[in-house]
Amino acid sequence: MYHIILFAPLLAAIIAGFGWRVISEKGAQFLTTGSVILAAFLSWIAFITADSGLQIITIARWIDSGSMVADWAIRVDMLTNVMLVVITTVSALVHLYSFGYMDNDPQWRKGEVYKPRFFAYLSFFTFAMLMLVTADNLVQMFFGWEGVGVASYLLIGFYWRKPTAGAAAMKAFIVNRVGDFGFALGIFALFLLTDSVDFTTIFGEVGHLAATTINFLGMELPALEVVGFLLFIGAMGKSAQLLLHTWLPDAMEGPTPVSALIHAATMVTAGVFLVCRMSPIFEEAIYASAFITTIGAITAFFAATVGLVQNDIKRVIAYSTCSQLGYMFVAAGVGFYQAAMFHLFTHAAFKAMLFLGAGSVIHAMHHEQDMRNYGGLRHKIPKTFWAMMLGTLAITGVGIPFSYDLIGLPIGFAGFVSKDAIIEGAFAGHAYFAFTALVVAALFTSFYSWRLMFLTFYGKPRGDQHTHDHAHESPWVMTVPLGVLAIGAVFAGMLYYNSFVGHDAEEFFGDAIGGPAVVELHAEAGDAVDDGHGEVVADGHAGDEHADDSVLHSYHYVPSWVKLAPFIAMLAGLGIAYQLYIRSPQTPARLGAALPGLYRFLLNKWYFDEIYDVLFVRSSKWLGRFLWRKGDGAVIDGGINGLAMGIIPFLTRIAGRAQSGYVFHYAFAMIAGLVAIITWFAIRGAS
Amino acid sequence: MDIPLLSLVTFVPAIGAVALGLLLRGDDEWAVRNAKLIALFATSITFLLSLFILAQFDPTSSDFQFVEDREWLGGLRYRMGVDGISVLFVMLTTVLMPLVIGASWGVSHRVKEYMIAFLLLETLMIGVFCALDMILFYLFFEAGLIPMFFIVGIWGGKDRVYAAFKFFLYTLLGSVLMLIAMMYMIADAGTSDIVRLLAHEFSYSTINVAGIEIVGGVQVLLWLAFFASFAVKMPMWPVHTWLPDAHVQAPTAGSIVLAAILLKMGGYGFLRFSLPMFPVASDVMANFVFALSVIAIIYTSLVALMQDDMKKLIAYSSVAHMGFVTMGIFAANQQGVDGAIFQMISHGFISGALFLGVGVIYDRMHTREIDAFGGLVNRMPAFALIFLLFTMANVGLPGTSGFVGEFLTLSGAFQANTWVAFGATTGVILSAGYALWLYRRVVFGDLVKENLQTISDMDRREKLLFIPFVFFTLLLGVYPSLVTDIIGPSVEALLDSYNFALEEAGHVLADSAQHMTTGH
Repeated sequence: MYHIILFAPLLAAIIAGFGWRVISEKGAQFLTTGSVILAAFLSWIAFITADSGLQIITIARWIDSGSMVADWAIRVDMLTNVMLVVITTVSALVHLYSFGYMDNDPQWRKGEVYKPRFFAYLSFFTFAMLMLVTADNLVQMFFGWEGVGVASYLLIGFYWRKPTAGAAAMKAFIVNRVGDFGFALGIFALFLLTDSVDFTTIFGEVGHLAATTINFLGMELPALEVVGFLLFIGAMGKSAQLLLHTWLPDAMEGPTPVSALIHAATMVTAGVFLVCRMSPIFEEAIYASAFITTIGAITAFFAATVGLVQNDIKRVIAYSTCSQLGYMFVAAGVGFYQAAMFHLFTHAAFKAMLFLGAGSVIHAMHHEQDMRNYGGLRHKIPKTFWAMMLGTLAITGVGIPFSYDLIGLPIGFAGFVSKDAIIEGAFAGHAYFAFTALVVAALFTSFYSWRLMFLTFYGKPRGDQHTHDHAHESPWVMTVPLGVLAIGAVFAGMLYYNSFVGHDAEEFFGDAIGGPAVVELHAEAGDAVDDGHGEVVADGHAGDEHADDSVLHSYHYVPSWVKLAPFIAMLAGLGIAYQLYIRSPQTPARLGAALPGLYRFLLNKWYFDEIYDVLFVRSSKWLGRFLWRKGDGAVIDGGINGLAMGIIPFLTRIAGRAQSGYVFHYAFAMIAGLVAIITWFAIRGAS
Repeated sequence: MDIPLLSLVTFVPAIGAVALGLLLRGDDEWAVRNAKLIALFATSITFLLSLFILAQFDPTSSDFQFVEDREWLGGLRYRMGVDGISVLFVMLTTVLMPLVIGASWGVSHRVKEYMIAFLLLETLMIGVFCALDMILFYLFFEAGLIPMFFIVGIWGGKDRVYAAFKFFLYTLLGSVLMLIAMMYMIADAGTSDIVRLLAHEFSYSTINVAGIEIVGGVQVLLWLAFFASFAVKMPMWPVHTWLPDAHVQAPTAGSIVLAAILLKMGGYGFLRFSLPMFPVASDVMANFVFALSVIAIIYTSLVALMQDDMKKLIAYSSVAHMGFVTMGIFAANQQGVDGAIFQMISHGFISGALFLGVGVIYDRMHTREIDAFGGLVNRMPAFALIFLLFTMANVGLPGTSGFVGEFLTLSGAFQANTWVAFGATTGVILSAGYALWLYRRVVFGDLVKENLQTISDMDRREKLLFIPFVFFTLLLGVYPSLVTDIIGPSVEALLDSYNFALEEAGHVLADSAQHMTTGH
C-alpha cells in the first residue's frame, strides 16, 4: 500500500509531463489528480488503521560504500503517517483546485500548453515530499529534501517570462542550499560518530553518544550538540526561519496553489519534521534545543511584525506562515514535539485554506493582489468569504479558554487548540522569553489576519470599479477544496487533541518521538545544563524515566493567566484591527506617516534583503571577479607563468611559419624522453 | 585469456584511424561522409568489445584481470590489465567516444584528419587506463596529448594557437619531472612493471637536501614529481588556468573529450601511482592536497560565477568538481576514494552533456556569450529540459550521479579533517549559485533578442546524442551500486595496503607530526 502512496504520484508526474500529447491535456490533469487522490485515500486508511509500531519496507539498494549504506526504503511510524495524511490530502485538494485556478491563466499566450507541466510538477513535488517523510535513513531524507527544493524551484519559476519569478526561484534554491550545507555536515558528523546513516542504528547509539565529544573545526565539542546544530541549520533553510527566511516571501511569485501546497502546508514544515524525526538526538542536545527555541521565538515575532504592514495579500500570508513555523520550532525546542506536530497538522489545514482562499480572491479580482485595491467583497464571493472567515478564526486562535479544565477537551478552532498548547508548553518548559514572544506574536497574528479580512471583504471597494463589479465566485473545483479545508480548520484541533497532545499522546506516537525508551541516559545528567536564559527543559532534576515527556505532562498545569494570555492577545489584535480598518480607516495612513521610520523598517522586512545583497551577493561577485582578473589573470598567468607566457608569442611566431610545428616539438621531446628511458633501462638490464 | 581483449579494445580505434588514412582520398562529400561513418563504426565496435570486458570482469576480485604480458622492443615489456579502479574508466571512454563522433557530425574542415585524431586519441586514452608497465603508461599518457593539440590547434576557435601552447607548456613541465621520477623508480625497483612497483617499498626515511629536511624522504620527492604531472592534468589550483582557455578554443567534441576523459587521467594517476606507491608521502602531503582542493572548490566556483562565456563557466566548474576528487582520494578512506572515482565517472557524463549542450546553441548562434541568450525556453523546450537536468546534476542533486560523488567524497573528507569538509561543502552553495544563475540568464525570461526569434529546438540527432548521457546520469544517481560494487574491492585492497604501509612507517609519521607542529 505504501508503495502505491509513494509511487503513484511519481508515475503520474512522469506520464503527464512527458506523455501529455498522448493522453491529452485534460488526461494529464485527471491522471495526476487521480493518483494523488488515490494516495490520499490510502494514506487515511493507513493513518486510521495504524498502530504506533514501526514498519520498515526496503525497496532497493542505493548508496553502498564501505560502511556507508543507504537503501531506498520506507519507514512507517506515526510521524510518517501524520505527514502522509497532511501531504496527500492537501496535495489532492490543491490538484483539484488547480483545475479551476490554472484554467485560462493570463500569464500565458494563446495556444501555449502549460497545464500538464504544472500538474506534473505538483505531482513530482508530492512524490519528493513523500520520499522525505518516509525515509528510513538520512541520505534518502536528503534526497527528498533536495527533491522538494527542485520542485519548489520549478514551481516558483513557473511563470518563466517574469524576471521576478526566475530570480525568486533561484533565490529559494540557493538560500535552501545554505541550509542543506548544515544538513549535509550533520549527516557526515553522524556518520563519523555512528558509522551509519540509518535512523534505527543512529537512535540506538544515542545513549552512548550523549557522553561523547567530536572534534569539529579544531574544537572538542559535545557530539550531539554539534549534530543538533548542524541539522537544525538545514531545518532553518527549508522552514524559512530567521536568517534563512528571505526566500519564502519571494516564493509567492509562484502560482497561488503552489503557495498553498508547498510554501504553507507541506514543504516548509519539513524542517519541523526533521527536528521531530531526530528527536532522540535533540532530547540530548540541550544547547541545540535552546537555540531552536530561541530562533523559533524570534522568527515568530519578527515575521508577525512584518506581516502587520504588507499590502500584497499573499505576502501577508507568507509572513504568517513563517511566523507559525516559528511556533512549531519553539515547541520542538522545549521538547514538546507532539505539539509541534499537532500545530503542523492543524496549520496545514487552515493555512492551505487561507492561501487557496486568497487565490480565490485573486482569481475573482483578475489577478490583483494588492489589498489596497480590494474592499467590500464579502457579498461578491460569499463562499470564499466564509471559508476565509473560518480560516481566520482558526489562525487567530478563537476558542473557549479553560474549556480543557472544565470538560477535559479544549473547545475552539484548530489554531486555538494547537497554538495554545505550544504557548503553554513554552511556559511549562521554562522558556519564558519564547513564551513572551509567542504571546506578542499572537496579538500581531490576530491583527494582520483581521486586517486582511477587513481590507478584503469589508468597507467600500477601493480598486478598479469595473474589476469589482465583475468579481465572481470561483467554480466548484475551487470552492470544494476550500470547504474541505475549512472543516479541518474548525474541527482538526478538537478531534485530534487527545491523540497528539492529550492523554493518548504517548501511545499515539509510540517510539516515533523521543526514540525507543532504552537505557537510562542521564547517568551524569542530573545537573542538566541551564543556559541562563531559562529556555531549557530542565528535566535533569526530576531524573525519572519520564523526564523526556515533562512538557507533555506539565503544560496542563501552568497558571491560569498563562492560559488566558493568548486569548487576550487575540482579542486585542482583533480590537485594534477593527478600530483601524472598520471604525476609522484613515488612521493607518496617519499612523504610518507619524512613524515613518518604523513603518518603512517593517515594510522593507527589516532590510534583510538589502543587507544580504551587500553581504553575500555583491561581495561574492566582487570576490569572483577579483579572483578571476587578479588571481587567475595577473598572478597565475602573469606571475607564475610569466616566463612561459613570454615564450608563447615567440613560439607562436615560429608556429605561424611552420604550421603547427610545435606539436612536432612536443612529439620530439617525448620521444627523446622515451629514448632516454630505454637507454637507461637497457644499460641497467645489461649490467 | 585467449583473446587479448584489452589490446583489441585499445587498438581497434587506431586500426580505424589507419584505415581512414589509407582508404580515403580527397575532400568530396563521399569521402567526408565515409570518414564519419568509419569513425563511428570503429568507436562503436570498440564499445561493443568493451562490453565483453565488463561482462567477464570479476568484481569480487581486487587483482588485475585480462592481463597481457609480452616482449616488446628493446627489452621493454608490453603489459596490460585492468582492476576495479581502471575498468570503469575504460568503459567511460568507450561509451563516450561514439557519442563524441556523433557530436562532430557537423564538422566540415579536414574531416578525415579530424576523425583520425579522435580515433588515435581514443586508443591512447584507453591505453593509459590499461597499461601495467610504467613506460607503456608514460607513452600513452604523453602521446595522448598530441591528438588533443591538433584538435585544439586546427579545429579550434580564433585563439587556438595561444590555448594550445598554454596547454603544451603546462603539461611539459609536469611530464619532465614525472619522467625523471620514473627513471629513478625503475633504477630503484629494477622493474617498470606496475604490479611489482606497487609491491615495492620506496624509501621514506627523512633526507636532507641542500639543508632542507624532507620528511618522507625519497617518497616525497617522487610524489611531488608525479604530482606535478597529475595536478596539471586534473587540473588543480593553481595550475588550472590552461583549462578554461583550452575549452573555449576547442571544438565541442574536443571539449567533451577533454572534460569527460582526459581530465580523469590525473585522478587515475593519483590512484595508480601516488597513493599506493608512495603511501607515506601521500599521508605527509595530504594536508597540502586538501588545502589546494578546498581552494580550488571555493576559488574556482567564485570565478565561475563571474564568467560571461558559457564554456569558461563550465570549465571553471569542472576545476571545482575535480577538487572534490583530489580531496576524496587523499582522504584515503573507503568513502573518499569510492566517491572520487564515482565523481570522475559521473563528471564524465555531466560535463560532457553540458559541453554538448553549449555546442547545441553555439551551432545555432555562433557565440558562447551568456548575454547573447535569454528566454530560450520559449522556442527550445526540449533543450531547456535537458539543460536543466544537467544543471541540476552539476550542482549535485540527489537522484543524479552528481550527488553520489560529492556526498561520498565530502563524507570521506569529514572523517579525515572537518575543516576540509566544512570548506568544501560550501561548494554546494556556490555551485548552485553559478549554475542556476547561468540557467536563468540563458533559458528563463522572455525571448526578446531579435536574432533568437527563429532559433530552432534540438533536432533528432541532437536528442539521440543526449539519451545516453541522461540515461547514465540518472541510472548512476538512483543505483550507484553499479559502480561502487565494481570499484569497492579494489579500493578496499588499495586502502588496506596503504594503511598497512602507514602503520609500518608509524615512527616517521610521528616525527613528521612533530615536525609540522614545531615548524609552525
